[in-house]
Amino acid sequence: MTGGGGWVGAPVPRKEDEALLTGRARFIDDMEPVPGIRHAALLRSPHAHADIVSIDISNAVSHPGVHGVVTGVDISAATAPIPSAVRVPIDYYPMAVDKVRYAGEPVALVAAEDRYAAEDALEAIEVEYRPLPPVIDPKAAMEDDAPLLHEAVGSNVVHRRSFRYGDPETAFAEADRVVRLDWTFPRYSSTPMETCGVIARFEPAPDRYTIWSNFQGPFILHALMSGALGVPGNRLRLITSPQSGGSFGIKQGMYPYMVLLAAASRLLDMPLKWIEDRLEHLTGSSAASNREDAVEAAFRDDGTLTGIRFLNVVDVGAYIRAPEPASVYRMHAASNGAYRVGNIDVDNRLVTTNRLPIGLNRGYGGPQFFFALERVMDAGARALGIDIAEIRRRNFIPRDAFPYRAPAGALYDAGDYEAGLDKALDLAGYDALRAERGRAKEEGRLFGIGMATAVEPSGSNMAYVTLAQTPEERARAGGRSGGLGTCTISIDPSGAVTVKTVSTPAGQGHATVAAQIAADALGLAPDDIDVVTEIDTLTSAWSLASGNYANRFSSVVVDAIGDAARGVADKVRAVAAEDLEVAPEDVELTGGAARVVGVPEKSLPFRRVAAKTHWHPAGLPDGMAPGIFETAILSPPGLGPPDERDRVGSAVTFGFICDLAAVEIDPGTGRVEVKKYVSVHDVGKILNPLIVEGQIIGGFAHGIGGALMEEMVYDEDGNPLSGTFADYLCITAPEMPTLDIGHVDTPSPHTALGSKGMGDGCSMLAPTAIANAVADALGREDVEPPFTLNRVWDLVAQGGEAG
Amino acid sequence: MLRIAPGARHRVTVTVNGRPHSGFAESRTLLSDFLRHELKLFGTHVGCEHGVCGACTVEIDGRAVRSCLRLAVQVDGAEIGTVEGLAKDGALSPLQEAFRRRHALQCGFCTPGILISATQFLEANPDPTEAEVRDMLSGHICRCTGYEGMVRAILDVAGGAS
Amino acid sequence: MKPAPFEYCRADTLDEALDLMAEFGSDASVLAGGMSLGPMLNMRLARPAAIVDINPVETLAGIAADGGAVETGALCRQVDALGSPLVAETVPLLAEALPFVGHFQTRNRGTLGGSVCHADPSAEIPLALVVSGGEIVLERKGRSRTVPAGDFFDGIFTTAREPGEIVTALRWPVRRAGTGHAFDEIAQRRGDFAIGAAAAAASVAPDGGLSALSLGFGGIEDRPVLADLSGFAGAPATSGTAADAAALAADRANPIEDPKASAAYRRQLARVLGRRVLERAFQRAGAPPC
Repeated sequence: MTGGGGWVGAPVPRKEDEALLTGRARFIDDMEPVPGIRHAALLRSPHAHADIVSIDISNAVSHPGVHGVVTGVDISAATAPIPSAVRVPIDYYPMAVDKVRYAGEPVALVAAEDRYAAEDALEAIEVEYRPLPPVIDPKAAMEDDAPLLHEAVGSNVVHRRSFRYGDPETAFAEADRVVRLDWTFPRYSSTPMETCGVIARFEPAPDRYTIWSNFQGPFILHALMSGALGVPGNRLRLITSPQSGGSFGIKQGMYPYMVLLAAASRLLDMPLKWIEDRLEHLTGSSAASNREDAVEAAFRDDGTLTGIRFLNVVDVGAYIRAPEPASVYRMHAASNGAYRVGNIDVDNRLVTTNRLPIGLNRGYGGPQFFFALERVMDAGARALGIDIAEIRRRNFIPRDAFPYRAPAGALYDAGDYEAGLDKALDLAGYDALRAERGRAKEEGRLFGIGMATAVEPSGSNMAYVTLAQTPEERARAGGRSGGLGTCTISIDPSGAVTVKTVSTPAGQGHATVAAQIAADALGLAPDDIDVVTEIDTLTSAWSLASGNYANRFSSVVVDAIGDAARGVADKVRAVAAEDLEVAPEDVELTGGAARVVGVPEKSLPFRRVAAKTHWHPAGLPDGMAPGIFETAILSPPGLGPPDERDRVGSAVTFGFICDLAAVEIDPGTGRVEVKKYVSVHDVGKILNPLIVEGQIIGGFAHGIGGALMEEMVYDEDGNPLSGTFADYLCITAPEMPTLDIGHVDTPSPHTALGSKGMGDGCSMLAPTAIANAVADALGREDVEPPFTLNRVWDLVAQGGEAG
Repeated sequence: MLRIAPGARHRVTVTVNGRPHSGFAESRTLLSDFLRHELKLFGTHVGCEHGVCGACTVEIDGRAVRSCLRLAVQVDGAEIGTVEGLAKDGALSPLQEAFRRRHALQCGFCTPGILISATQFLEANPDPTEAEVRDMLSGHICRCTGYEGMVRAILDVAGGAS
Repeated sequence: MKPAPFEYCRADTLDEALDLMAEFGSDASVLAGGMSLGPMLNMRLARPAAIVDINPVETLAGIAADGGAVETGALCRQVDALGSPLVAETVPLLAEALPFVGHFQTRNRGTLGGSVCHADPSAEIPLALVVSGGEIVLERKGRSRTVPAGDFFDGIFTTAREPGEIVTALRWPVRRAGTGHAFDEIAQRRGDFAIGAAAAAASVAPDGGLSALSLGFGGIEDRPVLADLSGFAGAPATSGTAADAAALAADRANPIEDPKASAAYRRQLARVLGRRVLERAFQRAGAPPC
């Protein structure tokens, strides 16, 4: 790359901010892209499980201001069921047809002049339900006599697969010590501040749909949506809003609503807008999975982890909604975590219950996976009398082993885990913390220290979810692999540069980093470059993997930006070389100009050279195509299909995180005070330290919220008890502990810039690090988040009775 | 006394950011909806509509309040400040500048309400402690930032840092 | 999430408000700050035929000394009471409770009277009023009455206010010399409605014994409640007495249970918070440090 201006790596303030700070940024509910839009509201089931006996819409249809009403029977006639990678006889429609399976499931849609009138009319719809016994607890749902959600499946267990790597039986048979933990992992959600929103328009002759939304991808779901709507892909045009008010994965789960609104637009022959309200969001959007898992770890007396066995029970909610069962397979290829352990057993069961269907949420499968692995490391250390840092050190993949092929197929690109651990211990003042713990113990105070480490898979292989199928089923289905990244950089006739990332960010600063990368490549400043981040599936260069998830931007998209920028730079240099009468390799782009290397005063303005490709094609070098529209499409390395032994390179880069937490528990109130929290990250080359730090703190906020207070609670009848923001307790500023951040950055050989994906971060580890610290403080391993006041006080009180 | 029947549309005239605005509202129309969908001032955002998240915070007659908990017909004649009015003559306010410098926003959806709150908070309490800043922020939910950047930004402005 | 239709009635004077309340009776909701009514309207949990907006009635907004009491108008904003030197000086229990009420942004609009009328069991202002021995002034067309705070709260969201009545003022007895007050609460998050709250008032005689003692809990039962601590009259104002009194009060409490907390946990909070506020009140009343 020529003319590097040093923008990459600098703490460049964000391009996005000025519009956001002045109220001029545009979100989905600010958009009125076509005239005549009507406003939709959804009637939702008050029952967790019931047959729909009848629906009478007559009073709603005649309600003032109402333009139409649609029910599930209408939707099932206008759409095909939405499939998932799990082949079971479940016809999933975005609206209940003859049976409701969770409280909050859509039952009818009203279109009206405005949302007020639409909600009035919802009250005029009469639904007769025949309540059925609900099943909320996934373990109960697995019982033979449990109420069935999907009768045709014949069981609530909709998926089961077992995996074996190395020789786990021998490892466990020969272990000095086997440690087993059983636990419940709670259901929670990152609840973005902007809810989901959809504007859908149907047009006939030929049938085609346009949907504007704050959907985040992955755009592999576009194929499911066009399939459900019965049109080829080019007649389902998805356009994302210029800004999205946070997502953290949750806005992946809105695609059934996109199908619903599109179908309703067709049925009612009018463009429709639906903005999910907060109550709908908390009961009808999506959430991370709750789990009923167990883990067993085989140790030698010296702390060597020789085998690990995961017994996973995933509550998917009422339907298995694509890309599920991916949440239990995202971490699968990295089932050894940061450790050398080669003998691995995994048993995955997915269970339907009468709860909201699950989907992507920050860390997607990571918080649950690392809860197993890292809780059992601390528990094992305590059982063996080894320090929690030391047991990890003894098991880490050594720094000279990278790139490292994990037993289940992940290729870890680069790392120095021991250095990360040392940095964390140093930042935490580990010796002083241990001394404090000793003093506390003498004084009868409840003080504990916990750790957790993670590898952070980034840039997903679209094929990892096919681990849900047997090798034979995969072979029958045909090959699948990869995770394409795309970017287009164009220069218009004025010579101005526009980068199109199709990366649909929701606050991650993609525009800023894209401009930094392009600026370095083109010898410009980030302010000279405009960046468009949204997708229009009819006009953008996009592919299945497009979108914003799995830490994809800095592991995949940045390389596409770099490739496209290099293409533009090569062309500009070639044009300039001819005019400057030197060879292209003697031209560098720097300071807004094309300059002869070593003769900086011999130069041409960048814009003039670039504009020439439009204005004067005849003056271009022989054979050169006019104009500048560079589209890069790249297939990241190492993302092949799963092999016949179920090994798959699941992601492009694997960062590393080491968290250390110290807590003190007030035995009087059960309050967990976080006295210290340290997090050390390996994100490879840091592209923008401001943004990296923001992502780390933000991920920590989600993790600590899940650790301390956030939970989507259902009562035994399946009624959601966390349906408002007064009941679902998002963490707020006074409760945020101080986070000490450190870095040990090993550049990735899998990306051109050396960057790794990041963003999930501490959202994957804080529940575990805090749980480990609470376990240490209380001297018991049966601790489960969220560590709310009452729950922790109960643990303390039980301990007192036991003691 | 004023009585507005259910469903009747009532003219509401307000001053927003120093400029007169007028539109129609039903008795039940929320101020947040009136600002956004009647006056087309989309800078004020709606996050929960039950008074918890603070995204819709605007300044009315000098105080930062929830616009989702106010009826549009209640503000006839009021002076309203929204995020669109914070930058003067095209220049960001010191608080807006500090938010940018401190990376105090990511998706930016909660930011307008927080800027309005923090601006009025600093007028009422020009030299707050960090605990006071966090206490004020407890009336807002941000899901992106962990609040750290905005705490620093507000303290920067309070301390006169540039 | 939008309100159901209603008639909006703006009262510019108290008489207009009382006329409207007489007209609509139990079909009307009084709109003061709207911090509690607003969410209930938006979620359609409240569906009044009419909203009587009393905000323009300026005579209901004041704070004034009135003999041995301070009278806060029902429309007095929480932020104004919090900033009032008169309140800080003469009703220190209210002053200490107010920072726990909601948030900066809701105190800017929320009213003292609204909180009392809403009667959330864990609300701070009702608890402070009960422990202070305050009163609630109610008016209806042609009649005014005063109800002791201890008799006003009937249960979760229910009070002695009758259809057609408006709470017009709260009366707070002025702090007597030698009396100490304290307020504290436990919530999962700052600004949430408390899981448990406690407030205390104590007077210490020159001999160090307690001459008056009042301890109340919020959030523990279905309304703010006073503990019967008559047995501690004359007891020494010590940490031991605080612990014993709080333990007795907690043991006698009849805690509610909900998804937020068990009855056992609420009883524990009564014990912990009760002791905390009693100790603090003793010190503020002039007792030697516990």
